[in-house]
Amino acid sequence: MPTYQIEVNGTTSSVDVSTDTPLLWVLRDHLDLVGTKYGCGIGQCGACTVHVDGTAMRSCALTLEQVQGKSIRTIEGLSENGDHPVQEAWKEVDVPQCGYCQAGQIMTAAAFLEQNPAPSEEEIKNAMHGNICRCATYNRIHRAVEKAAENMG
Amino acid sequence: MSKNPNIQFSRRAFMRTTGLAGGGMLIGFNLFQACKPQVKPPVDLSQLDYNDFNAFIKIADNGAVTIFSPNPEIGQGVKTSMPMIIAEELDVAWKDVYVEQGILDTENYTRQVAGGSQSIRFGWDALRQTGATAKQMLVNAAAARWGVEASDCTVSEGVITNTKTEETLGYGDVVNEASQLEIPEDVALKAPKDYKIIGTEQRNVDIDDIITGKPLYGLDYKEDGMVYAAVARPPAFGQKLVSFDDSEARAMPGVIDVIRFGDKVHKMAEENPRLSGMMGESEKVAVIAKTTWQALKAKEALQLEWEDGDLESTEDHDKILVDLLDGNEFRTMRSDGDVDKAFAGADKVLERTYESPFLPHNCLEPMNFFANVTDEKIHMVGPIQTPEGTANMAAGILGRTPEEVHLEMTRMGGGFGRRLYGDFALEAVEIADQIKKPVKVVFSREDDMNDGIYRMAIKYRIKAGIKDGEVVAYHLKEAAVNSNMYGLIPHFFPAGAIENYKVDVASYDSNITTGAWRAPYTNFLAYAEQSFFDELAELMDVDRVQLRLDLLKKVDAEADENIAYSPERMIDVVNKAVELSDWGNQPSNVYQGFVNYYCHNTHVAEVADVEIQNGEAVVKKITCVVDCGIVVNPLGALNQIEGGVIDGVGHSMYGELAFENGKPMATNFDTYRLIRMKEAPKVEVHMMQNEYSPTGLGEPTLPPAGGAIANAFKAATGNRLYKQPFAKYPELLKPKQQEIIG
Ligand code: FES
Ligand code: FES
Repeated sequence: MPTYQIEVNGTTSSVDVSTDTPLLWVLRDHLDLVGTKYGCGIGQCGACTVHVDGTAMRSCALTLEQVQGKSIRTIEGLSENGDHPVQEAWKEVDVPQCGYCQAGQIMTAAAFLEQNPAPSEEEIKNAMHGNICRCATYNRIHRAVEKAAENMG
Repeated sequence: MSKNPNIQFSRRAFMRTTGLAGGGMLIGFNLFQACKPQVKPPVDLSQLDYNDFNAFIKIADNGAVTIFSPNPEIGQGVKTSMPMIIAEELDVAWKDVYVEQGILDTENYTRQVAGGSQSIRFGWDALRQTGATAKQMLVNAAAARWGVEASDCTVSEGVITNTKTEETLGYGDVVNEASQLEIPEDVALKAPKDYKIIGTEQRNVDIDDIITGKPLYGLDYKEDGMVYAAVARPPAFGQKLVSFDDSEARAMPGVIDVIRFGDKVHKMAEENPRLSGMMGESEKVAVIAKTTWQALKAKEALQLEWEDGDLESTEDHDKILVDLLDGNEFRTMRSDGDVDKAFAGADKVLERTYESPFLPHNCLEPMNFFANVTDEKIHMVGPIQTPEGTANMAAGILGRTPEEVHLEMTRMGGGFGRRLYGDFALEAVEIADQIKKPVKVVFSREDDMNDGIYRMAIKYRIKAGIKDGEVVAYHLKEAAVNSNMYGLIPHFFPAGAIENYKVDVASYDSNITTGAWRAPYTNFLAYAEQSFFDELAELMDVDRVQLRLDLLKKVDAEADENIAYSPERMIDVVNKAVELSDWGNQPSNVYQGFVNYYCHNTHVAEVADVEIQNGEAVVKKITCVVDCGIVVNPLGALNQIEGGVIDGVGHSMYGELAFENGKPMATNFDTYRLIRMKEAPKVEVHMMQNEYSPTGLGEPTLPPAGGAIANAFKAATGNRLYKQPFAKYPELLKPKQQEIIG
């Protein structure tokens, strides 16, 4: 099995895994970063969303080969104290029900607002459309993204 | 503080107290049954177990209150709202209350079930009395120290005041004395108007952990030496394992073992036919590996040979269920008057059939469970809604005693009924027993969707007779796969409103496993009945809402002990929904649909607003009015209500699991459509203010949503929808072509 160096939340680790192992399972099983969730494994639900060089990507659909030399950020590293404006907004609006999808939602929203700090309603809907929330907290997710945009602006 | 003299039962039998070794007081209590005579809570917190108590309250000598409960959280917010009730009657500030989820060492835990959205309803009295009794003990201790009567003391936010001298003592100051006192009888409960915590908006107690990605869920649980198991189960219902070749799988990286298992569970299922519905019939193959990915990958490399039994298809089910509706083999669940005679004498008769598919639960966290079986104990950890039953079954299949089972519940990534069934936990136990290692069974999404315990396919046929402008007869027939509606449903509205009324049911036994799915039966029945009422109103040429109100006014719920809904509360809800949705006054591009429904002891009305966009009807908004009695935590309640409504819209629009020769036709979210952000309507909620005891919230707002949108679609397009999911019939979601004349 090849050895890979990967940089996650500012720390570089080396892991021995087969070439086809998705980043998701490296994070969860090898690096003990279980905040990134498994929902579908095929890029359909967004529960596994992480930032790769600042862009929101599906970690279940990335191999380590594809993230060589890139910097990866997970929910655990989004902020030091859980106080990223998106996390703050999530708290203010009390978004979660079961909570399982929310790390992915937050990571998607954070990357999106970085690129589009003052989004329209339509743009928020489009940006968050790829993340499934089985508990259907969609109204609150929308409100929290708006709130985060306000707080960041 | 005003007093409510109606104390229904003594707390004395239900709670016990001790002083803690390090100071402070520990109260152990049971919600629904008396404590065993000799038991006492431990004097040391590390000894907490839940064999004899449902939950514990610790009052520290600094006054901080910690509530330990093994009650699992599946997203309904009970982990926040139940402690709020205790804190209210205990009279402490919410900010001084900490909630910790405990471990369940099961045996004695009734209603340890986070299902049925009923937890609050069942816990309401017991939680209030426990809090109030503890408070009384603290007050008694303070009164004794001051040498005054307890009635000379008042309490606010954990501080006791001697009204004679204005001296004060904190709970922490008297807690050690209080722990030595007799548990008082006849404590007073607060009147709702005096509530300070109940009715306030409180955030989810786990919010910080959720938004920072802490390991909360079963899938996140790890232990030293733990290995992972991926399980190969029959690709089609009705198939059984014959043999397998694991040579390729065994050669793959990380693979530790490949085993055949399942006989122990099947032996139990044979002895207890009630369980066979959740177990399937085949033995299975587990691949054990060092990591999740290795296990899932190696599973794909197994060569498996299956033997075909009865392989059923959706086409077969459709035909069988229609035959049942056409036939005469029904079980009658309620019968008033004589429907047949009334139909014979009616001026007009309307009959319609409504059809629904199987639905998987699709909890976003796939099924998983940890088990470690040693000579000393059976250790189980994971997301389960029925810990007691599951622990007992685990002991049963291994021939061990329930006392040897140590089961810890984790937070659950959704439940919706799926985690009432312990099939996945028993897999873990059986595998752990064979391999003698701590192991976690992980379902892939495909496993989760294709080895489910589904909402069964159901068809309803409803017939009504009209005479002299009145509905005189109503006959509801249900044909369902595997099981029929539970006994309360036939007494829901319109039972009691129509003189000749009958509910008949029939079922067909399938080898496809089925079970509870958020708001069982009503999740589809509400749409069927409420679509039917609209058509009835059209036929009678009366206003759609007025028809419902007229029927409700005829109900004398007092006269029929089976009728649990309140026509008065329902009428209030209907009127409120009319007002808030601006019913009937919409601009010409907005089409509305109305539903009122009662289930899970909660009265609901919903109005859907639909618009035509790009030639297609689109759901824009749902106004939802709910009477669920006292709302403990409005912030959490709103979340439940919004989620229930959107879930109801989503599944009636898109949800479908079809079968072909026993094989589910959708396997993951690319082939199974769940509602997403852009399709989610805005939900506007109003909760009725009253002082009735709280009722369920996790389920009752889901059933009406499908009916509300179907009725609005009819208004918008002219098309009636008789089958779910609606999006399967895109031509019906477009307005009917106007006839072009000339
Ligand atoms: S787990 Fe990666 S998108 Fe669903
Ligand atoms: S909060 Fe449960 S899946 Fe989103």
